[in-house]
Amino acid sequence: MFTKNRLWVIMLIVFMVMLAAAGCTAANQEPPKEDAGQQGQEPAVKEVILATTTSTTDSGLLDVLKPEFDKQTGYDLTIVSVGSGAAIAMGEKGEADALLVHSPKDEKRIEAAGVAVNRQIVMHNDFVLVGPSEDPAGVRGKAVAEALKAIAEKQALFLSRGDESGTHKKELGIWEKAGITPAGEWYQETGTGMGDTLNVAAEKKGYTLTDRGTYLALKENLGLEILVEGDPDLLNVYHVMQVNPEKFDKVNAAGGQAFVEFMVSPEIQQIIKNFGVDKFGSPLFFPDAGKEE
Amino acid sequence: MESVWQGIREAVRLLVTGDPEVLRITLLTLKVSGMATLISLSMGIPLGALLALGRFPGRRFLMSLVNTGMGMPPVVAGLWVTLLMWRYGPLGFFHLMYTPAAIVIAQVVIAAPIITGISAAAFQQVNGRLRLQILALGASKLQTLLLLLREVRLPLLAAVMAGFGGVISEVGASMMVGGNVLGRTRVLTTATVMEVNKGHYDMAIALSVILMVLAYGVTLVLTILQQRGSRI
Repeated sequence: MFTKNRLWVIMLIVFMVMLAAAGCTAANQEPPKEDAGQQGQEPAVKEVILATTTSTTDSGLLDVLKPEFDKQTGYDLTIVSVGSGAAIAMGEKGEADALLVHSPKDEKRIEAAGVAVNRQIVMHNDFVLVGPSEDPAGVRGKAVAEALKAIAEKQALFLSRGDESGTHKKELGIWEKAGITPAGEWYQETGTGMGDTLNVAAEKKGYTLTDRGTYLALKENLGLEILVEGDPDLLNVYHVMQVNPEKFDKVNAAGGQAFVEFMVSPEIQQIIKNFGVDKFGSPLFFPDAGKEE
Repeated sequence: MESVWQGIREAVRLLVTGDPEVLRITLLTLKVSGMATLISLSMGIPLGALLALGRFPGRRFLMSLVNTGMGMPPVVAGLWVTLLMWRYGPLGFFHLMYTPAAIVIAQVVIAAPIITGISAAAFQQVNGRLRLQILALGASKLQTLLLLLREVRLPLLAAVMAGFGGVISEVGASMMVGGNVLGRTRVLTTATVMEVNKGHYDMAIALSVILMVLAYGVTLVLTILQQRGSRI
């Protein structure tokens, strides 16, 4: 009886020690020290926080670019993927070093407020209006403002991001242009990212506005079709910018600048151009560095 | 239904081939949640004993706080830890945001009240006369505590299971303070959410299967320990 008891205690101690050992390794991992000084340069602060939109990560683009950036510069890029609205809010609090977003109106606002500097165009793709193939509101091939009008008239289900992301802002802009304030049972806000919203739209057979990249990445599971595309109102432009180090003393100024330069460099622009071609048959983003808006 | 099968097949493939990315995510999940459970235990058991056995003003109020904390929603814990640890937050100078340490802290906030609450309940269950008897036999305070600890070891294992189960399955706090950074703070739950967003259902199902196997495995070991202990 006594030995059984002792066995029990020993096993408990072993479990505790295992947990402790595991914990210590976790704590040791904090300072990321791999690939330090690859290019013979050791940045003072290694962490660069990039606040960006869900579309750049959900499409897989940043998974390709992060290792490249870390290798080229010796920095360690921390990608925080939120909506453009939240990303810009992080910039406004000085909680990020660089922003990669697609909400031009808000970008200009924070640029004017001195929050963002060195803002440069990186790439574009376009938004598309997707919906069930039956197309209950008959919007196929219309201009996008007309299409939204038709949806509102028919009170066909429309799913909105509702999260102040770049896509949401774009959608609201088009409603405004159509002269409609969307409200009612047929207009539902998901309050989540693009992938989630597309899933909800597919499940409920509703319409939604999406960036082409996320739609292409998810297409096979959705059963939603592109109904409106190619309208100049649907252009989706991504800019990269630094958070102003003069305004926020804790911002990694050199790291933010390095990321902006990295994104507009010819080599990276080439990677962006080819990204997704092998998987989807067409590029997800079109490089724009150096062009006028 | 087909995608579910595909997902389960994918899960088996990932586990059998030992995909390095999945392995890393799995290990990190175990480390972070294990560490958080351990810290919560070291805080929760003494605090639980104090709440159950001590007699001091404000004890009932503290007890009610702990009991409320047992239902702490992970996103609430995540939000407050985020506010504290942001660069310009009061603890910003530690530079812990988006590190595994940040997730551990947030998970401690979630697990500590659970473990404290269950420990307190366990200590209170002990027959009061036993304590009197131990004291009457001339045991010191520390000896008394150790003897009582032996009495409550089985319910304490339940506390470990509840605490560990709570933190390994939470996603809100890990996402908020960890940021789901590839290779650094991506844990099983946040990776699952991300794969769903990407539309990679097979991968998401695979990760969820691994998570469930992991949670079940740990709980199984603890349950065996507990049941063996109850036979003595």
